[in-house]
Amino acid sequence: MQFFFEVLIGGLLAGVMYSLVALGFVLIYKASGVFNFAQGAMVFLAALTFVGLQEKFGLPLWGAFPLTLGVMVLLGIGIERVVLRPLVNQPQITLFMATIGLAFFLEGVAQLVWGTEVRRLDLGLQDEPIESVMERFNLLISKFDLVAALVAGLLVAVLAVFFNKTRIGRALRAVADDHQAALAVGIPLKQIWAIVWSVAGFVALVAGLLWGARNGVQFALTFVALKALPVLILGGFESVLGAIVGGLIIGASEKLAEVYLPSLMSDFLLKHYDISINLAGIEGWFAYMLALVFLLVRPEGLFGERHIDRV
Amino acid sequence: MLAINNIEVIYDHVILVLKGVSLEVPQGRIVALLGGNGAGKTTTLKAISNLLRSERGEVTKGSIEYKGERIDRSSPSELVRRGVVQVMEGRHCFQHLTVEENLLTGAFTRSASRAQIAQDLEKVYAYFPRLKVRRKSQSGYTSGGEQQMTAIGRALMAQPNMILLDEPSMGLAPQVVEEIFEIVKDLNSKEGVSFLLAEQNTMVALRYANYGYILENGRVVMEGDAENLRTNEDVKEFYLGLSSAGRKSFRDAKHYRRRKRWLA
Ligand SMILES: Nc1ncnc2c1ncn2[C@@H]1O[C@H](COP(=O)(O)OP(=O)(O)OP(=O)(O)O)[C@@H](O)[C@H]1O
Ligand SMILES: [Mg+2]
Repeated sequence: MQFFFEVLIGGLLAGVMYSLVALGFVLIYKASGVFNFAQGAMVFLAALTFVGLQEKFGLPLWGAFPLTLGVMVLLGIGIERVVLRPLVNQPQITLFMATIGLAFFLEGVAQLVWGTEVRRLDLGLQDEPIESVMERFNLLISKFDLVAALVAGLLVAVLAVFFNKTRIGRALRAVADDHQAALAVGIPLKQIWAIVWSVAGFVALVAGLLWGARNGVQFALTFVALKALPVLILGGFESVLGAIVGGLIIGASEKLAEVYLPSLMSDFLLKHYDISINLAGIEGWFAYMLALVFLLVRPEGLFGERHIDRV
Repeated sequence: MLAINNIEVIYDHVILVLKGVSLEVPQGRIVALLGGNGAGKTTTLKAISNLLRSERGEVTKGSIEYKGERIDRSSPSELVRRGVVQVMEGRHCFQHLTVEENLLTGAFTRSASRAQIAQDLEKVYAYFPRLKVRRKSQSGYTSGGEQQMTAIGRALMAQPNMILLDEPSMGLAPQVVEEIFEIVKDLNSKEGVSFLLAEQNTMVALRYANYGYILENGRVVMEGDAENLRTNEDVKEFYLGLSSAGRKSFRDAKHYRRRKRWLA
């Protein structure tokens, strides 16, 4: 039982990391209905810029963070100017294609400026068990994972307040609902898009720091975006809450599956069909299979907005 | 206050929709813009509020002036700031926002204090008591009448001088239509808001408007005091379906002749 909880908690905490990436997608999808293929590239760019600035200028954490944030905000504004504005009124698929182009561009620029070698990112957090928890509950919980989860939780809380309680947040949701009507009440779309992409840049930065600190800052960071995909399918593309819950479910179920499923399955197969196979590495594809099943059962996701049909 | 001078509107660079429309909305008036499907009413309103550009439409000729200044190049957001707000055909409420949130988005362009906004909100609720009851509901789940009220209330939150109101009666029961038009009249007389009102529902619109224009095929074919238009034989016949000789069928030969004369 001890072991089960350890796996479960470890999975949940890892899931939070997925949520963090999914969150960036949700923001942009909500406000502009675009699936931003470049989100992974933004995570990579943010992390790389952060370590790059640290290395080059010997900046401490609290110095590199605002600078990188500034870069991400400028990037958001730039993307609105150069990519989105000329494509206003084009079909969604055109915008999606544009974000694919953007992804390659950002990856290229990031590596051009900061080089291609793998870098270590030190946030001063160790990936080691928390002692007090270990003593009291005899559970191994990673300090790093816990802090990452707290950061993500805080971020979500801030975003929820921003979306629901502020004038700009309300305008963002209005734009997401109905562009035309938003224009008609005087909400300037351009400004709103620049804000959304900047906020998505901020989220990418946080995700990039945590993922980078765990796995090293390298090109593979762009692939964490792929892990966000099943999270989005599970939670729904429009829901901040969905991104969180989806991430938790994916994280937990994938770890549990990895640990328990292979032995269960191979025992079963051996007993009834006399087949013996090796089912290790299930973690790599379990999330996608879960998402696929979900897609068949509930295509809008757990928390996705149902389209309101009323005449 | 608002003057449109001989404007031409083209969609997608080729589709000519308005062919020289001129009209005026004096301060404090309700002016009706009438005409059948596809006459160009919505296009006219969007030309004024500058929502055309987002639909690949363009004003290619003529001018639009508000308070003596050209507004052809102003963005919709600037226009709202200056007091011209459009309430779009089909209401276009933000469906996943609550009624109250919808109203609040209307005040986006204003830099008013929280207290001021709260006060204005109460004022809107005073005009539309039903909205106060429904204020926590997602507007997508409110009735058509309530959505129309939300859309008008949302426009009011911008503190407009002029509202461009596009087919408020669409798809609503006659009593609800009356209710809404009564409120429009109140807003006009008590708050001094001018209205340019696009309607297919000629009868009702002319009862509440001061002046009317009839649009056909992108041209103004007739204009006059609401009173005169209401009693005009042609208008009665074509738009109200009545004439001194009783109801006429649409294919009536006489109908066709008169129509020809208008279009000439
Ligand atoms: N975005 C567009 N692109 C091309 N043509 C358009 C567009 N919008 C409207 N039109 C055309 O312009 C003409 C006038 O349309 P408009 O919507 O202004 O009419 P309307 O008087 O408001 O009609 P209704 O009473 O049905 O709302 C129609 O023939 C319509 O097909
Ligand atoms: Mg119309």
